[in-house]
Amino acid sequence: MTETPRVLSYLEALNEALAQEMEHDPSVVVFGEDNIGGTGCDGTLGHAWGPTRGLHNRFPNQIIDAPITEAAFVGAAVGAAATGLRPVADLLFVDFAGVCFDQILNQAAKLRYMVGGKAAVPLVIRAMWGTGMRRAAQHSQALYSLFTHIPGLKVVAPSNPADAKGLMASAIQDDDPVIFFEHKLLYFGSRGVVPAERYTVPLGKASVVREGGDVTIVAIGRMVHEATKAAATLAEDGIEAEVIDPRTLSPFDFDTVYASVEKTSRLVVVDESNPRCSIATDIAGTVAENRFASLSAAVRTVTGPHAPVPFAASLEDAFPPNAEKIVDAVRSTLPSSVTSKAS
Amino acid sequence: MAQKDLLDAYRVMRTIRAFEERVHEELPNGGIPGAVHLYAGQEAVAAGVCAALREYDYIASTHRGHGHAIAKGCDITAMMLELYGKVGGLCNGKGGSMHIADFEKGMLGANGVAAGGAPLACGSALSAKVLGRDRVSVAFVGDGAANQGSFAESLTLATVWHLPVVFVVEDNFYAQATGTRYHLQGLDVARRAEAYGLPAVTVDGTDWFAVHEAAVEAVERARSGDGPSLIECKAGRFFGHMEGFDQQGYRGEGEVDRLRSEQDPLKLFVDKAALPGTALSEVDVTVEAAVELAVATAKAAPEPDLSELLTDVYVSY
Repeated sequence: MTETPRVLSYLEALNEALAQEMEHDPSVVVFGEDNIGGTGCDGTLGHAWGPTRGLHNRFPNQIIDAPITEAAFVGAAVGAAATGLRPVADLLFVDFAGVCFDQILNQAAKLRYMVGGKAAVPLVIRAMWGTGMRRAAQHSQALYSLFTHIPGLKVVAPSNPADAKGLMASAIQDDDPVIFFEHKLLYFGSRGVVPAERYTVPLGKASVVREGGDVTIVAIGRMVHEATKAAATLAEDGIEAEVIDPRTLSPFDFDTVYASVEKTSRLVVVDESNPRCSIATDIAGTVAENRFASLSAAVRTVTGPHAPVPFAASLEDAFPPNAEKIVDAVRSTLPSSVTSKAS
Repeated sequence: MAQKDLLDAYRVMRTIRAFEERVHEELPNGGIPGAVHLYAGQEAVAAGVCAALREYDYIASTHRGHGHAIAKGCDITAMMLELYGKVGGLCNGKGGSMHIADFEKGMLGANGVAAGGAPLACGSALSAKVLGRDRVSVAFVGDGAANQGSFAESLTLATVWHLPVVFVVEDNFYAQATGTRYHLQGLDVARRAEAYGLPAVTVDGTDWFAVHEAAVEAVERARSGDGPSLIECKAGRFFGHMEGFDQQGYRGEGEVDRLRSEQDPLKLFVDKAALPGTALSEVDVTVEAAVELAVATAKAAPEPDLSELLTDVYVSY
């Protein structure tokens, strides 16, 4: 008899990964604001959003509440990582990296290089990102391109619960600093089958979410779901899109993207971040540089605008890419005989 | 105090002085690239604090880090190789003066960012606490760094987490060229630390005995689980902020001469320690030879292979 596959939310999957890694390795320590839920209080809150809920009772020595001192506790995570712990530091919103960027840019990313390889920094920094919850300009950004730019850091942005769990396990076990992007709309909005056992999803390996031969769509985080919707719409017109979820932005699995572009000859990159110096332009530029002969149309990017994230619902909803914008971008890469096929 | 311990203290201070004076001499010859910040004048702080530490304790240093490294037991030939950016340097020539580090000696690194070492030392203290290791961490910061937000946050974190860490603030009267009288207004750093809940003292940083006594107390407090402390040490630097760049025009008339004649930690130590002259001369001779060997070795050593450009960025990628 087969068991019914177990469905978890993205948030529950992350919670399970943290629990399993702490259980497996006592050097894994988890800290950030309200990670217990207020030391001296009842400890039931487990983070305002819930990723560490219930963990304090099981791992009282490995989960610590931090005061609002991001520069100190992220820097401490670097020092702890270099001296025997595997810290998971919680920034809450990635926007707060602004108050501890030195610790990430100059300490975490560079320590190993500066000391000639005589130290490692096995550190994870967890950070919520993304639009869609009316959190406005300082709580909604998609800043992964800032971190991807920096040598020494690895950057992960999972799109679904199973990947979130496996990538978190990999990030914690990895010997380099990893910035782990958790899209807050996916916390509750993304549910899926998650194996109960401890497992890893390798860093730097993309996932082909949907196969197709006409166009390659590379989409990041929540945009994977919009790209999949777009692909379904396009399929109604006989256009088969291949949707690739890179999952890890640094290192980046260009080989999977190249192989797809060699097959489809068209590339659309979808990224809810701002358009300049972005992951989208990086992917587009790298593919154009290395697979120009394979391309039969200009690479297109679908991104947020060069503006902060607005508050008003109507404005915010207009900010990120969506399935409709992705469909339009895909059509613009196709010859007019194909795009008008359905009409 | 045992004569052996006093001689060790003298050896450390003499080594720092000889190392720094020699680097100052060699710099115009062009073999040492980049920015170098010399520690001469502040020797009693590094030597007094590190004499209170054990081999496996940690220190996190500043941009002016040679003295801390020497006091923590780093090999001066490997240090000099690092300053020259050569193969065999403590960081294989990839860090230089400003990032000199030796994890095997518990020296977590000089740091190019003011107060950079304070959060790091909180982290090594957390490691010791979580892993149940009997190790104390010391963060050295300068007077300028004492104004940094990351420093204030580290004081908060150290008290909230009750960390085995000692903050040593070295007030050498200038942040680059900006005087302490200008940039450190309000309460002095020790009083600020008290406001954060740390026991704190201010000592004469040119007096090895005063520094050491305060360090022993603070380190013992950390080691016995009684939490963090802060020691503010006042000691002027003999050289400018940075070699080759800083002509010290901002310093008062005769200020450096006065420091060298009246506030030289080595002279003050020798007067107080009352060690036999022959023992001191023996140390002087040994130290001179060691520094000579370090410089000769560094000059003769090869540059790193160009492949080193791309190594040590990641453990795996």
